[in-house]
Amino acid sequence: MQIYLPIAEVSVNAFLLLGLGGIVGVLSGMFGVGGGFLMTPLLFFIGIPPAVAVATEANQIVASSFSGVLAHLKRKTVDLRMGTVLLIGGLAGAAVGVQIFAALTAIGQVDLLVKLCYVVFLGIIGGLMFFESLRAIRRARRPAGSVPLPRRHRGWIHALPFKMRFRTSGLYISVIPPLVVGVFVGVLAAIMGVGGGFIMVPAMIYLLGMPTKVVVGTSLFQIIFVTGFATLMHATTNYTVDMVLAVLLLVGGVIGAQIGAAIGVKLKAEQLRILLSIMVLLVCGKLAFDLLVMPDELYVIGFDGAGH
Amino acid sequence: MVRLIGLCALALLLAAPAQAERVVAGLSQEAIAITTNFAGSEILIYGAVQRAAPPPGAEPLEVIVTVQGPSQPVTVRRKERRFGIWVNADASQIDEAPSFYAVSTTAPLAQALSQTEDLRHRITLNQAIRAVGTGRADQPLFNAALIRIRSDDGAYQLNEGAVRFREQTLFDTAVRLPANLTEGDYLTRIILTRGGVVVDLHEQLIPVRKVGLERWIYNLAHERPLIYGILSLVIAIAAGWMASAVFRYMRG
Repeated sequence: MQIYLPIAEVSVNAFLLLGLGGIVGVLSGMFGVGGGFLMTPLLFFIGIPPAVAVATEANQIVASSFSGVLAHLKRKTVDLRMGTVLLIGGLAGAAVGVQIFAALTAIGQVDLLVKLCYVVFLGIIGGLMFFESLRAIRRARRPAGSVPLPRRHRGWIHALPFKMRFRTSGLYISVIPPLVVGVFVGVLAAIMGVGGGFIMVPAMIYLLGMPTKVVVGTSLFQIIFVTGFATLMHATTNYTVDMVLAVLLLVGGVIGAQIGAAIGVKLKAEQLRILLSIMVLLVCGKLAFDLLVMPDELYVIGFDGAGH
Repeated sequence: MVRLIGLCALALLLAAPAQAERVVAGLSQEAIAITTNFAGSEILIYGAVQRAAPPPGAEPLEVIVTVQGPSQPVTVRRKERRFGIWVNADASQIDEAPSFYAVSTTAPLAQALSQTEDLRHRITLNQAIRAVGTGRADQPLFNAALIRIRSDDGAYQLNEGAVRFREQTLFDTAVRLPANLTEGDYLTRIILTRGGVVVDLHEQLIPVRKVGLERWIYNLAHERPLIYGILSLVIAIAAGWMASAVFRYMRG
């Protein structure tokens, strides 16, 4: 069934959009990532103009994350206090990121920067997570009686001022690291048109030392507000949020997210992480391949903003 | 059937006196409405040649039909290998390029139309693309790339021999409009040529507009962007919450 999207101004198959939303929704629920890093390139691929894809994706992430957060709130796996600190940083970062995005659009290099960002960040994070999870799985397989893992030393983080107690996460740390993580993720979220969960989740685990169970819900909580903010910015400055596209993606997405959250509970944390890292590396590899191999068509038609 | 009636009506008009040869034409659609399930459209263009005297000369009459969408400025960029990766390097600002352009003819274009007449009446696609003062020596490469990319999308079409022409009098053709149409007035021209020279020309505008829900959403997004943005978020969150509730209900 073909459907004409009023803002994107293209006609696409409605079931294709529902299916894409569903698949990305499953991943979103399983890993606590918004799924934007997969969905945004997929939307380019099916012919949605990039400006519309990025803006609409922000809107869709709000919805898929919302149902995910509800599932996590029910299981009490959201650290609201930590989420709020991350959010304050995230909003500031997103505002800065939108300005960077606008400046790069003006010189015609925004595509390249977005792709390079993807390759660099997905590569680093995917690689780190993959090897760390592999080590964790090997350790778990060793016979009982082996030496328990020493708690990771985070001396410099403990030395920072403005300490705060995060009861749900069982942490007593300075608010500076979460604020910085929030700003950083906010900037990247605005530039790359994603929620930023794939960066925030590892940052929370490895940098802040939060328990994996809490990480997923808390990152979803922060993502909702940052992407909601980004949606409003795109809607008012570029007029590129396509309501019909967003609704189709999210109908598939919310159902997928519920299924994903249920699967996530059954899997072990290490397994969850290794699966996510493999997926991150696959997307990274595909993007790097496209940058390195000579394209079939050397010319591209640019989109001069999206306004008419 | 509609076409047949149209052709009969046109045939009756042929008796009226006029200049040597004139074109009388009609379109199957006066306007195109973009609805939610719009998946492209086809317009039938038909007509007849009205003559006051027997056809002059030995050269046959040819018919050229063009359909042109609204023109917009376009930036074409070229990728180049730099530091091992392919990046956008050179860019060319094309002042004006039609969003859609179809040319249908009875005979090969080179035979149906002379170059001078093409320049005068701006009939072929090359005449519709305006790129002046880009200051690039290789500008033709960028123009060719634009035409190549848009031809692959079906936005630029050259259909030589697609116009049926019977008895040097009645003609008809169909032009396929793709699903990703840009809104605006589409100019349809029906041109009669003899020996490459334009004999008569008929023009008609076809308005292409979004209607219904499409219109409403588009207008809201452009006239009240903040309300539209908030509404998008509310709908997204409501749908997210509802799906979550339905799923919980089903499992519990």
